[in-house]
Amino acid sequence: MRAAVVLLPGLNRDRDMIAALTKVSGKPPVTVWETDQKIPDVDLIVIPGGFSYGDYLRCGAIAARMPVMRAVKEKAAKGVMVMGVCNGFQILLEAGLLPGALMRNQSLKFVCREVKLEVANANTAFTRNYQPGQIIRCPVAHHDGNYFADAETLKQLEGEGQVVFRYAEGTNPNGSVNDIAGVISSSGNVLGLMPHPENLIEAAHGGADGRALFESVLGKAA
Amino acid sequence: MIKARITVTLKNGVLDPQGKAIEHALDALGFDGVGSVRQGKVFDLQLEGTDKVKAEAQITAMCEKLLANTVIENYAVEIG
Repeated sequence: MRAAVVLLPGLNRDRDMIAALTKVSGKPPVTVWETDQKIPDVDLIVIPGGFSYGDYLRCGAIAARMPVMRAVKEKAAKGVMVMGVCNGFQILLEAGLLPGALMRNQSLKFVCREVKLEVANANTAFTRNYQPGQIIRCPVAHHDGNYFADAETLKQLEGEGQVVFRYAEGTNPNGSVNDIAGVISSSGNVLGLMPHPENLIEAAHGGADGRALFESVLGKAA
Repeated sequence: MIKARITVTLKNGVLDPQGKAIEHALDALGFDGVGSVRQGKVFDLQLEGTDKVKAEAQITAMCEKLLANTVIENYAVEIG
């Protein structure tokens, strides 16, 4: 199992993501840069969080149009697994790899805290090591995490089990419709989520609730 | 030289928390009767050439590909 991490100017969670992937898989991921037009032969591509291109225009808008994202789209079309966390989720939406949009938090405030997440679909490559409906802890840190999709798209997402994570126990930090925290593509190989599972993978983090996501996607048994 | 102004606004039905905050601030300043505020963006472009038809097609493509997120936003183009 090989992983690649996309690096873009303004991302700042790349080190945490590389550390999580390295610790869980036992080997460091390769990294690709904004101008790279080819991505090496990998099984998983991860776009970490941060503030790519200063969040100018819209969060993720500039990043989504960089050459490396054309390469990510080509890989995704071939079935390679792709995961975007926080700004990475915003980038996947702007690139059209996932449906919907992320808007300014309803409170208009940046939120940096721990939330509860419900694993709304444990039957995905990213969540198979969780129990269906399991409630996990996870940190969030964002200003634009308010998920929006039109009524028709929402109906499809809910009907097809494409809502993978939901804010639980009244912890929705941003006003997301239907408490949506993470969605997966209809093809099942592209996941985007606002919370940061990479920041809760070992005891030193204060818990390891995010670790099963990495173990799932990196092909480790539960 | 062709000058163009592109206005990007949120679609109807999309909540606008920033617009709401501005609405409250106007109310706090004593401006009565403001029914609603919706916040948007304006882009002023200068394009080389004089062919307005070509310019309009080009600007529409720019809006679709980058300047607006058509999941949540509408855009209007004025060519001067």
